[in-house]
Amino acid sequence: MRLPCPLCGDRDRREFYYQGHAVALDRPARDAGDGAWDDYLHNRDNIAGEVRDLWHHEAGCGAWIEVTRNTVTHVVSGARLVRGTAK
Amino acid sequence: MGYSALKIFKEGLFGQKGWKPVWRNPEPKAEYDVIIIGGGGHGLSTAYYLAKEHGITNVAVLEKGYLGGGNVGRNTTIVRANYALPGNSEFYSHSLKLWEGMEQDLNYNTMMSQRGVINLFHSDGQRDAFARRGNAMINQGDDAILLDRDGVRDLVPLIDFDNVRFPIYGGLYHPRGGTARHDAVAWGYARGADQRGVDLIQNCEVTGIDIEGGVVKGVQTSRGAIRAKKVAIVVAGRSSQVAEMAGMRLPIESHILQAFVTEGIKPILDQVISFGMGHFYISQSDKGGLVFGGDLDFYASYAARGNLPMMEHVMEAGMTLMPSIAKARVLRSWGGIMDMSSDGSPIIDKTETEGLYLNCGWCYGGFKAVPGSGFSYAHLIAKDMHHEPASQFRLDRFRTGRGLMDEEGTGSQHNLH
Amino acid sequence: MRIAGKGLNAGGAPVSFSFDGTIYEGREGDTLAAALLANDVRLVGRSFKYHRPRGILTAGSEEPNALVTLGTHAAQDPNIRATTQELYDGLAARSQNAWPSLKRDAMAVNDLMSPFLSAGFYYKTFMWPKSFWEKVYEPIIRRAAGLGAISGVTNEDTYEKAFAHCDVLVIGAGPAGLMAALVAAQAGADVILADEDSRMGGRLLAETYSVDGREGADWAADIVARLMAMDNVRLMTRTTITGAYDQGTFGALERVTHHTAATQAPRECFWRIVAKRSILCAGALERPIAFPNNDRPGIMTAGAVRAYLNRWGVAPGKSVTIFANNDDAHRTAVDLVEAGVKVAGVIDSRADVQALGDYPIFTNGKVVGTKGRLGLESITVQHSGGTRDIRTDCLAMSGGWNPTVHLTCHMNGRPTWNDDILSFVPTDGAIPDMTVAGAARGVFSTHGCLEDGIAAARAVVDTLGLDAVAVDTPSADDSAYRIEPLWQVEGKGRKWLDFQNDVHVKDIKLAAQENFRSVEHMKRYTTQGMATDQGKNSNVAALAVLADATGRGIPETGTTTFRPPYAPVSIAAMGAGAQGHGFAPERHMTSHQATLDRGAPMIEAGLWYRPSYFPKQGETTWLESCNREVGMVRNTVGICDVSTLGKIDIQGPDAAAFLDFVYCNTFSTLKEYRVRYGLMLREDGHVMDDGTTARLGANHYVMTTTTAAAGQVMKHLDWVSQALRPDLDVRFASVTEQWAQFAVAGPKSRDLLNTVLDADIDGESWPFMACGDVSIGGIVGRLFRISFSGEHAYEVSVPARFGASLFRQLCAQAEAMGGGVYGMEALNVLRIEKGFITHSEIHGRVSAFDIGFGRMVSQKKDCIGNAASQRPGLLEAEREQLVGFKPVDKAEKLTAGAHLFVEGADAVRLNDQGYVTSVCHSPTLGHDLALGFLRDGANRHGETVMMVDHLRGVKTLCEVCHPVFFDPDNTRAKETSNG
Repeated sequence: MRLPCPLCGDRDRREFYYQGHAVALDRPARDAGDGAWDDYLHNRDNIAGEVRDLWHHEAGCGAWIEVTRNTVTHVVSGARLVRGTAK
Repeated sequence: MGYSALKIFKEGLFGQKGWKPVWRNPEPKAEYDVIIIGGGGHGLSTAYYLAKEHGITNVAVLEKGYLGGGNVGRNTTIVRANYALPGNSEFYSHSLKLWEGMEQDLNYNTMMSQRGVINLFHSDGQRDAFARRGNAMINQGDDAILLDRDGVRDLVPLIDFDNVRFPIYGGLYHPRGGTARHDAVAWGYARGADQRGVDLIQNCEVTGIDIEGGVVKGVQTSRGAIRAKKVAIVVAGRSSQVAEMAGMRLPIESHILQAFVTEGIKPILDQVISFGMGHFYISQSDKGGLVFGGDLDFYASYAARGNLPMMEHVMEAGMTLMPSIAKARVLRSWGGIMDMSSDGSPIIDKTETEGLYLNCGWCYGGFKAVPGSGFSYAHLIAKDMHHEPASQFRLDRFRTGRGLMDEEGTGSQHNLH
Repeated sequence: MRIAGKGLNAGGAPVSFSFDGTIYEGREGDTLAAALLANDVRLVGRSFKYHRPRGILTAGSEEPNALVTLGTHAAQDPNIRATTQELYDGLAARSQNAWPSLKRDAMAVNDLMSPFLSAGFYYKTFMWPKSFWEKVYEPIIRRAAGLGAISGVTNEDTYEKAFAHCDVLVIGAGPAGLMAALVAAQAGADVILADEDSRMGGRLLAETYSVDGREGADWAADIVARLMAMDNVRLMTRTTITGAYDQGTFGALERVTHHTAATQAPRECFWRIVAKRSILCAGALERPIAFPNNDRPGIMTAGAVRAYLNRWGVAPGKSVTIFANNDDAHRTAVDLVEAGVKVAGVIDSRADVQALGDYPIFTNGKVVGTKGRLGLESITVQHSGGTRDIRTDCLAMSGGWNPTVHLTCHMNGRPTWNDDILSFVPTDGAIPDMTVAGAARGVFSTHGCLEDGIAAARAVVDTLGLDAVAVDTPSADDSAYRIEPLWQVEGKGRKWLDFQNDVHVKDIKLAAQENFRSVEHMKRYTTQGMATDQGKNSNVAALAVLADATGRGIPETGTTTFRPPYAPVSIAAMGAGAQGHGFAPERHMTSHQATLDRGAPMIEAGLWYRPSYFPKQGETTWLESCNREVGMVRNTVGICDVSTLGKIDIQGPDAAAFLDFVYCNTFSTLKEYRVRYGLMLREDGHVMDDGTTARLGANHYVMTTTTAAAGQVMKHLDWVSQALRPDLDVRFASVTEQWAQFAVAGPKSRDLLNTVLDADIDGESWPFMACGDVSIGGIVGRLFRISFSGEHAYEVSVPARFGASLFRQLCAQAEAMGGGVYGMEALNVLRIEKGFITHSEIHGRVSAFDIGFGRMVSQKKDCIGNAASQRPGLLEAEREQLVGFKPVDKAEKLTAGAHLFVEGADAVRLNDQGYVTSVCHSPTLGHDLALGFLRDGANRHGETVMMVDHLRGVKTLCEVCHPVFFDPDNTRAKETSNG
């Protein structure tokens, strides 16, 4: 498995750390309430198909990237830097 | 049809002509008291215990593929009750007791073999953490023995004690743990449920859940609509998709776990060994294959297949722990879809929809839970009350933070458990 | 029997080898199987379940029967396929799964019992009495498990792993693969051509076909030579592509020295090949026919007979018969006749076929029985003309050819049934960027394969933006492949499908009868296809039998899943490099050598090695050394290397705001040249890590983390900065490796430092929690007045290259002052006496509230974990909270991992009140101390609880107390005097 780091190009999966779904970019306000924080921390769409998820190029440039990837076929269709894309 | 040595003998003499189907192939009825979505280990055991313990037999198990085709048929067959935290502790303890009586109960040889599980530790700190766990097991009434290095060496001479990157300080030994023949567990429960009148319906995919006014009414399937008074979801890796049919979003992320088996070799390993520093566990099957696995591939996936990095990592762990297995050849690798929950522990609970029940979040520990999960889920479905040993598996614990069971201590990130 | 002058290795030198102790002569270039057949050895193994006699079935890696063990002691290598093992001088092979001998195998008694041992019989019995499964039945079954044996001795061979990258990976070097590689290479692509055989050419090596008017094998050798001369081509022989993975990644196993007696070079190399495109030219595998007693030694596939004859000059029998349902098998007869070997008849199941040469043919023919206990002696044939027995010592069978689709199924692709060839072919697009060519997709003529290889490569190079050079398709045989269905033959006797696992037609039918109708159920119930060949020889026929038994078509019945690896791969190859210490990197502090020189035992701390204690002469236990080291720090001065703690340099105008966001407490208010303790939460509100952070300037901080969490914290800071707070102008870098840092702790710490610092320090300018630059021998270092021991203490850091010398200097000075160096054991005691927590306490399940730091979670600002830490469940009094424990009887032991109960209560789960996390014997206080978590502990100081450790048999009444046992007011650390 290989992932396209926007800074480094195609790299082996071994260089990356996986965090989870890109919902983690949409951090609620501190006072957003139990439900919003429960959704943020725990609940997931967990789609069987194309998803956006978060990887860290830990053994590379250190960039956090958002990868568009299919969870059924593992086809990767794109990646972008998280910096500058989050709210 | 009852199984016995005499029956085997007679059938042997008469060309095996007398064996009957192990389960029927019923057409779905228009309505059931209970519909169980998912014909895996947990779904089949739920059906069995609904019938046996609660006399509820007007039950259908709807399976989109073949019975036992999910994780119950693709795991490393380990059975144990060695959890540290309350909530898990009593549940797995109960499940292990059911394992111990399973063969006689089901009249089916599931080959439960209590060959012992040893969790190795590699530092004083790990020893203390395992001691805490072992004491919790004994508090619960289960068995645990703290082995020192020589104690492990006596039991498992195969391990490299002299030149390993993370030396063995000792192990937490759980003699009642072991392995079982995974497929047989699914078949045994299926047969038992079928004999009690449960309809096991294969190749029947649920496509919708009918809810009216907050009350469940039935399901839509690839073989038509079926009404039901109660609907119970128990679909492991596919939980999020089925729950979505009822408008629910779960604290679940689906991940790959790979497992491996070697060509058959003559017996060399009696116990189940778990090597924490390498996330590696291994046992030897009755056929002679070394059966082993490691950690998740770590990325969300429904592919039921993995990639080389984790596969190699697992082999590397094997090579550092027991370099004498070097020349065993990996025959097959496979992957299952793990319903990773946000604290690494399961959910057996009611939902906001009346009559709709949820059983999921088994992560990669679902196999040993098969009897206990079915027993407790059947109890919840039948009585609308939590069964005591599974009473902590609540869905709302994540929102409230009350009663989280984070055995690994890694927090809310699903893939770290 | 060897045919003089025949075979590609006809000129090969004689090679001596042994099988089961008997010495034989083979020929250079032989496989072990070829050499055994040349010596008329037919019985080579025993089957798994019934221990039936087994002979060589195939000439390839799919061999299910001829599995042998090579080597002894650590080199013992079981389940080696004799069909691929190349012969070398002195090779010694042993048969497997037979006792006392291959000819007289005691376990063959199982075969007599076979009427009672039908598929799945064991699920129906061995249940009574209950305890007998583990005690009686299973041990007997386990003793019979497995085929070969591994030695159980630590591996002594070397194995390697490697990466390779290419534009086009061509898998298989038969006619299709050779042409594909040539076309791709001529277009300028970087090409890897891999083949599992020792020699490239595929079936051309086993057939008498001509290509381009020349012998096929010669033509192949020419193409190989042309490829070898090209810079952009890598040829990999003896290399099996084992798996297809995501984004064009393939696993491959190269058998580097299996063909030699050499022990110096690696045995195997496991390759990770990344290819932009791949072309699968893996050919096809011939399938047996299920007729009664079709498993006797001497019965093999027709293609294998041709391979032994044409490639190695070996006739597997003196009087050969052939049983087939297709034209291809007739070539076996033609080739044998040509070579002067007697063909006793071709039994063809079809009605309208003619002999292609001078041999008897029996149309509408079927083999309905065979004889010969340890090897085939005769067959019984039914045909248009009646029934007859034919004496024969070799039966070549062909039920048709199955394209080698396996790799195309590794990513969940399902093959498609093709009625023309009565087999499965790959489904288009099953593997992204993979094209299939030649026999692997059911193109069976040599000409067709050559043409298909060219076409596939042309299309592939086009997608890479390269131009293919025009190539003419070499002339070659282009006859059609004609086949009629023939899956099983009725008759008396078992009709074997899976030769190794002893699955026969009736087992499949029984599975169907018992409603194991799903193909997956059938496989799992009967073990069909689960042997070492993973059903390569038998699956398609078994499916056909199941389809028939359940009244469905084969496509409807479906297939089981082919999964990696294509051929088995040793754990050693995929795990290469990890044996011993290679499993994980080893991190050494700059004091590592000096520490070893002092005789300190090292312990693993994550990837680091740290000293446990520093024994002095006369000390016999670690505790003695530890107690001395603790006393040294409490009374004089001690040195400890603390460089393993994570150090992160943080700079920028918004550095303060950034720290306020990642720590639950506040750092923007920290004065310059001061240090503050910080607590970091995970976003879920639990404690992630703690440490001190120093402010070295308005916009410059240095954060420390625990040793264990250094990586996690760095990743977390990257996350927060890039994803959550890109608005903050801050940059940071891990400098853990760049600075060596030493604790100097004890009443004489300042005195000691003043012997090494270029300018003296005093209590006024360096109060508790001060920090700043210092000069040490002209080197700019940093000094932090912080304490993890509770003593007047400092940590001094210098660029790592000066670490070793500073450590020696500090140790020497300390010893001169009556102190010395201390290790982890003493460090642990010192911190427990002071109630300082480590990851034993912050184990991932505790909140700030639990450790008494609830008020540190500033509610004046947002921070990571703030919202979730306020969930009701994380703040409830009944949670277990950090407390200290002292034995009521000071002589009694405390143990970590023990649980806590109200005195008098049964030590069972329902009464569990908490647990002990850290324990030490305090030489300072003269008794054991413990930290732990107790339900509502913060409100229970002064109570007594019972500590129970079932595992170690310890039960101690304890007093609950504040977790700080020693110097609760911290007066020692805050010492300000200048004396």
